[in-house]
Amino acid sequence: MNLQAVRAIYVFEMARTFRTLLQSIVSPVLSTSLYFVVFGAAIGSRIDEVEGVSYGAFIVPGLMMLSVLQQSVSNAAFGIYFPKFIGTIYELLSAPASFIEITAGYVLAAATKSLMIGLIILATSFAFVDISVQHPLWMLAFLVLTCLSFSLFGFIIGIWAQNFEQLQLVPLLIVTPLVFLGGSFYSISMLPPAWQTVTLFNPVVYLVSGFRWSFFGASDVPVVWSLLAIALFTALCVGVIAWIFRTGYRIRK
Amino acid sequence: MPDIVSITDLTKTYGSGFQALKSVSLDIRAGEILALLGPNGAGKTTLISTVCGITRPTSGRVTVGGHDILDDYRAARRLIGLVPQEITLEPFERVINTVRFSRGLFGLGPDDAHVERVLRQLSLWDKKDSKVVELSGGMKRRVLIAKALSHEPRVLFLDEPTAGVDVELRKDMWRVVADLKADGVTIILTTHYIEEAEAIADRIGIIAKGEILLVEDKAALLKRMGQKQMVIELQSPVNAVPDGLGDFDLDLGPEGTLVYTYDTRANRTGITKLLSALSGAGLTLRDVQTRQSSLEDIFVNLVKEDAA
Repeated sequence: MNLQAVRAIYVFEMARTFRTLLQSIVSPVLSTSLYFVVFGAAIGSRIDEVEGVSYGAFIVPGLMMLSVLQQSVSNAAFGIYFPKFIGTIYELLSAPASFIEITAGYVLAAATKSLMIGLIILATSFAFVDISVQHPLWMLAFLVLTCLSFSLFGFIIGIWAQNFEQLQLVPLLIVTPLVFLGGSFYSISMLPPAWQTVTLFNPVVYLVSGFRWSFFGASDVPVVWSLLAIALFTALCVGVIAWIFRTGYRIRK
Repeated sequence: MPDIVSITDLTKTYGSGFQALKSVSLDIRAGEILALLGPNGAGKTTLISTVCGITRPTSGRVTVGGHDILDDYRAARRLIGLVPQEITLEPFERVINTVRFSRGLFGLGPDDAHVERVLRQLSLWDKKDSKVVELSGGMKRRVLIAKALSHEPRVLFLDEPTAGVDVELRKDMWRVVADLKADGVTIILTTHYIEEAEAIADRIGIIAKGEILLVEDKAALLKRMGQKQMVIELQSPVNAVPDGLGDFDLDLGPEGTLVYTYDTRANRTGITKLLSALSGAGLTLRDVQTRQSSLEDIFVNLVKEDAA
């Protein structure tokens, strides 16, 4: 194992994060505050409670997931796309490092950044709503696993993308709708039965549900399903990345 | 000298069907400077990229330090430093951090003393905290070299290191290459500049259309280059070298001419003697031309022959 390579990539990528710290943090904090104002205060004041929780508090896990998923995908995608775009990928390809080490370096760095943002959003939400976390360790576990699995997904997007438009495409056209339709701002039990069934095909439902359970002790789907969904998604992403490095898809001629 | 890089029957055909390397075999000796000359699209960069792991070989075998570049890629790649042709650097990072990054990527632990030594050697120490984007083109090229040297390679590939570089920097670069050679590093450089190959290489390889046309010691090539030919056209063409002129290095040329080969660097070229011998033999001169084969001629001829 070339652990020095993992460390080198991680340190290099985190340096990029800290170089752009202000914009990395200000934007999620600002958008979260806007969601609280619009959904929590304006609309939420007309909704009493959802599953025994005030609406303002109910949307916190969903809001965290929204940002964490978007950030994980775009951080990891950008992380590997940028060397491809500017040509510095030659160094990664000529290094004595396997795909596991290269992926680990980029994915861990992207996941760290989105974890930080997730926790900052949680901290921000304390300023707006009264909220407590019932299972803090599970909350952290769900958060970390989500950051990792979606950073893996983002890594794939970054390798697949051939221009900046494609880089934006998947987070914008797939991830955001899946999160919005994944019960971030409502309980899926509030949907008509037919839509509830459709929703069960949305993987984000399992993430949000499990995550919300760690906060309030209630979930849309059993917690085990949520864990299984993350495990399955992670395994799928790892498989695709292994295939990419074996075949050199879009990176090695 | 033992071979440090051994390339056997290497071919590379790209997905488009373009065959960039056609069964290339080349052995590179430990500690030498090998210059690869070739026109654009000859396969120089593909050859380097394949040895370094950026491009996959279609067939053939390459070993570096005895390690197969596919089966034992970690050991092979650890020995290699690569300076690419294009300036490709993370623009917003500081110089010293990009160099540290390369060292770590190649599996070595942090060593600030070594990084400092490399940066000083390349006159980059004053710029260590500058962002890459703030540097001039020449300085960026030095950063690329510093990155390649950060992990103490035994074999250094320099792909067109002085393309678009001013004279001063080019001389600097040659000095760095000489220093590295003194440290025992094997250097393979590709270049368009024939003078560059002449100035620093031990051996010169010529590559065109994916084939190695020639690999020869520079001294032997230069010897060929130092030779000059005098074409002597006589009033009445001859069928054979006339009697009495056997002592001279004379050959029969086209259309009954005589061709005299001599060394321009010798004390005596023998031209005066030949001319008086010619008139002594009763031969009348009609015209005389001289021509010199430079490395460039050799190169152009080889490439042309190959194209025919």
